Amino acid sequence: MEQTTLGSHLQIKKTAKRYGDKQVLQEVELEGKPGEFIAIVGRSGCGKSTLLRLVAGLEKASEGGIHIDGEEIRFIHPDTRVLFQDARLLPWKSVLENVRVGVKDGDIRKAEKALEQVGLSSRASEWPGVLSGGQRQRVALARALAGNPKLLLLDEPLGALDALTRIEMQQLIEQLWTEQRFTALLVTHDVAEAVQLADRVILIEQGKIAFDVKITLSRPREHNSDFAYFEKLILDRILIKEKAKSPSGNIGKNDNYTI
Amino acid sequence: MKFTDSRIFQIALGFLVPILLLGAWQYASVTGYAAPNLLPPLTRIYGTFTDLLASGELGEHLWITLYRVFAGFVAGLAVALVLGILNGYFRFFRYLLDPMLQALRNIPSMAWVPLFILWLGIYETSKITLIAIGVFFPVYLNLLTGIISVDRKLIEVGWVHGYRGFRLIWHFFLPATLPSLVGGMRSGLSMGWMFVVAAEIMGASKGLGFLMTDGQTTGRPAIIMTSLILFAIFGKLTDMVMVWLGSKLLYWQTDLVTGKQQSA
Ligand SMILES: Nc1ncnc2c1ncn2[C@@H]1O[C@H](COP(=O)(O)OP(=O)(O)O)[C@@H](O)[C@H]1O
Ligand SMILES: [Mg+2]
Repeated sequence: MEQTTLGSHLQIKKTAKRYGDKQVLQEVELEGKPGEFIAIVGRSGCGKSTLLRLVAGLEKASEGGIHIDGEEIRFIHPDTRVLFQDARLLPWKSVLENVRVGVKDGDIRKAEKALEQVGLSSRASEWPGVLSGGQRQRVALARALAGNPKLLLLDEPLGALDALTRIEMQQLIEQLWTEQRFTALLVTHDVAEAVQLADRVILIEQGKIAFDVKITLSRPREHNSDFAYFEKLILDRILIKEKAKSPSGNIGKNDNYTI
Repeated sequence: MKFTDSRIFQIALGFLVPILLLGAWQYASVTGYAAPNLLPPLTRIYGTFTDLLASGELGEHLWITLYRVFAGFVAGLAVALVLGILNGYFRFFRYLLDPMLQALRNIPSMAWVPLFILWLGIYETSKITLIAIGVFFPVYLNLLTGIISVDRKLIEVGWVHGYRGFRLIWHFFLPATLPSLVGGMRSGLSMGWMFVVAAEIMGASKGLGFLMTDGQTTGRPAIIMTSLILFAIFGKLTDMVMVWLGSKLLYWQTDLVTGKQQSA
């Protein structure tokens, strides 16, 4: 296996997705460089999860397609892993066996190591049902990383966690990403989280990529004025649209705003 | 812990009403309030029971009934597993076979008897087939619904981790379906007991069901009641075995409740 670049090269090419008559995504064009951390933000229902599921291979594109390392995917790519918002642990397997699900050759030591990375070795023999929400999500993260993915897709994985657990998880994700250098695609509704973690933040609006900004802050990121600048930049961009949509707005139907 | 929370108390409470009823029964029949030829005293039932037991007759009847229930259960379960899995996983087979099975399900159990006797004779095969049919439907239906309603989200977890075909079934579908299968097996077993009575009343020379009809034709209620009580006891015992088996199969649910940890 090649050690120089561990992350997948992701290309989303003029991709559209329809459910029946409902156009969810259209002409989505996005490139993720190996090892890049991209965050996708947008209002609820704008198609973020759909985009992630397309990349995961769980849905088929209506037009265009997803290319990983230059090849169009037809089903789930063996080096792609997904972390869902609900941890989706198997109730009939112990914590360790749940992590082992993600190990390609089933080697239990790899599962133990992955569990250690998320700091839950001591809970290995327990049932997932007794863990807290944050612990469950950490087990799911261990399971996803146990297979040494080259592309990790995260669909609002921290959405259901309390603020403190969330910060811990963000740090853990950033640390593991730094160590393992996979390409990451994170869907989140939390702009601060996007700025905290991502090299690039992408905004989806009405099924299209409306905004794409590089976060040039150095890591680890502090919540200083530069951080606030990016946060405001993205938030304002989302909110402009809101004003335009309100009846009192005078901007009309034009879709192309610049910032 | 309060006394009323203790398991022994709870179990004892369940015995209270039956014991009171039995007491009233015995009292009514010895004092002559109830006609002894309709409601024999408990002591007479016990006497009948020990007589039958001592002569070896009871053991024989009991044994053949248990054998029929067991054989019918195994046969019904086997067919239900095959058809349930086939129709659950492959839509083609479901569209092909399920409507017919659903239609057959509506035939009352007794209605099969003449046909089976004609086809399979009056001996064991026809009885066991009848019982197997009774067992088949609850197991099949539970298994089928279990497979169809498996949480897609968990199956997606299998997909994204590269599980396909047999490995997907073994690690994901099967454990997810097991609770409904166990439920189906339990109701299948109770159907087995219902159908064994039907089969033995219709025509048999042995078995608890036969003993009952024999007691009826010879006017001996004590024999009927002995068989009734044995049906109750063995129905309950086999159900308990089933529940125990289910808790072994669904070890993860059991452990979660009892708080035990899985040994590695
Ligand atoms: N399987 C589906 N069938 C029909 N419509 C769907 C399906 N999945 C998602 N949608 C629709 O697509 C839109 C985008 O959904 P989603 O990608 O989940 O949004 P987000 O994750 O951004 O909140 C929603 O309007 C949703 O109703
Ligand atoms: Mg979503």
